[in-house]
Amino acid sequence: MANFQGSKINPKSFSTSQLKFYFILVPLAIFMILPVVFIINQAFKPLGELFAFPPTLFVKDPTMENFRDLFGLSGITGVPMSRYLFNSFFIAITTVCLNLIITITGAYALSKKKFKLKGTLLNMNQMALMFVATAVSVPRYIVIVQTGLINSWFAHILPLIAMPVGLFLVKQFVDQIPDALIEAAVMDGANDWTIVRKVIIPLTKPALATSIVLTFQTVWNATEASNNFITSDAMRTLAFYLNSISTNNTIAASGMVAAAAVILFLPNLIIFIMMQSQVMNTMTHSGIK
Amino acid sequence: MNQISAVYRNKRVKKMNHSKNINTFLLLLPYGSLFFIFILIPVVMAIGLSFTYFDVINKPSFVGFLNYITLITQDHVFLKNVLPNTIKYAVIVGPGGYALSFLLAWMLAQVQPIPRTILSLAIYTPSMVGQVFVGVIWKAVFSGDQRGIVNSFLMGLGLIDAPIPFLLSSDYLMNVMIFISLWSSMGIGFLAMISGILNINEELYEAAYVDGIKNRFQEIIYITIPSMKPQMLFGAVMAIVNAFNMGWIGVTLTGGNPTPGYAGQLITNHVDDYGFLRYEMGYAAAISVVLLIMVWLFSKIAHALFGEKD
Repeated sequence: MANFQGSKINPKSFSTSQLKFYFILVPLAIFMILPVVFIINQAFKPLGELFAFPPTLFVKDPTMENFRDLFGLSGITGVPMSRYLFNSFFIAITTVCLNLIITITGAYALSKKKFKLKGTLLNMNQMALMFVATAVSVPRYIVIVQTGLINSWFAHILPLIAMPVGLFLVKQFVDQIPDALIEAAVMDGANDWTIVRKVIIPLTKPALATSIVLTFQTVWNATEASNNFITSDAMRTLAFYLNSISTNNTIAASGMVAAAAVILFLPNLIIFIMMQSQVMNTMTHSGIK
Repeated sequence: MNQISAVYRNKRVKKMNHSKNINTFLLLLPYGSLFFIFILIPVVMAIGLSFTYFDVINKPSFVGFLNYITLITQDHVFLKNVLPNTIKYAVIVGPGGYALSFLLAWMLAQVQPIPRTILSLAIYTPSMVGQVFVGVIWKAVFSGDQRGIVNSFLMGLGLIDAPIPFLLSSDYLMNVMIFISLWSSMGIGFLAMISGILNINEELYEAAYVDGIKNRFQEIIYITIPSMKPQMLFGAVMAIVNAFNMGWIGVTLTGGNPTPGYAGQLITNHVDDYGFLRYEMGYAAAISVVLLIMVWLFSKIAHALFGEKD
């Protein structure tokens, strides 16, 4: 007992014994974030500063020119940037909404209903947590062709709606809801849909928020569909377009490419910061047994 | 009379059960069918196609184990570059990134809540920036001319005379890829571990000290890790998947598949190379199956380490 001065985990106040951790963590965090800060500054640099030698980190004389150039560029394809922006938002919002609905209903059924294949289905979903989509890009392509989805909005949306990680996290949360609460709702005459709306959704909000964050990040950054399933340029997404600009980048376009990267990154960041505490709350129940 | 009412009640119960089953089925249907079509069927198809020759235009023809035999006996690129690259990359980025994220999570748990939130956000940010952003940043940093940040820094210090072509030279490309992947690997597995550590019951530590634990290292081994096994396992699975999902990194950095001298060629690039550049779908499928087996083996190890035996 002599050694124990109370656990040092999750301290409420500062003590000098924490200094050694700050000493490692702070420089490391700065190192992690520095490249991001650099690109954000790069996006606002005028031409002269972009080519300064040696390269500088912070912008001195910020300008919106790079963003104007980017939006003015319609490239060889003739499709304006705004179209890609619209496509990406449309696809992301649709996918996130549909994902939310099917994840809630699926998680509710898998957690609270009793049926024969339940164990098997849960195991399958757990296996699918380690699903590497790029491994099966070939058969996925064949499925898209066979179902006639090629070159349609559905080719973007449908493959990404079912997210095993999202279902897994939400299901862990539904497991925490006492059965008695649901039985009481049934006694009051509530049907499944009412239970989902009045009981499940309010009590699983953190997990749902996490599912939104993860789905949004996946869809927003996805280029698989645009690369493989879409043949018309006007149907492709912002991530694909900006990726193609950045791979074919001539040095002169480096400010524009940085601006593109910032546009792609910002929605991810904003959504994550908004949902940050909910995500952390969900992670408490994220364990696999 | 009693019998009749019992039969009647049974019927009613059956009817209720029946409609209950239908409801359950309907609740599961949307997720289940999409899961089936876009996750399960592709995996099964990959296994099926791996035993065929298929060029997209003609019908697949059965060739038995030929693709696998070719892969392990004749595909020099696979044996000399892709396989060693993938193993090196996956072992360092998977378990390495995992150990790193546990260590960081543990240190973060030792500081106060508000700085902790800010520091974790900074560390988590790289994992959500996306492919384009990663390409843009690191191409600028590791650019092979003197305007590249690393080159200009090293030249400024007088350590090198001429810029190093980091992204074109086979000596550096793989290490640069591993470095970048580690940078961006602190994702949700990392977040899960932070909350796992924070949620361990404090009394456990107290009891452990009574039982004679002496230092913080013992505390981690005997209390922290065993008490958060489920989160450790979730983090491990996420780390493995992340390592294999980052396969695009070499192609993004160098601007083309295959990467120069196959130095950054990972197994996922090899799948794309055969599938979408050469249209040898059967062969590509065989490579995918090998990849899926690798992922599965890694996660078996994770389950053996952290799974709860019941």
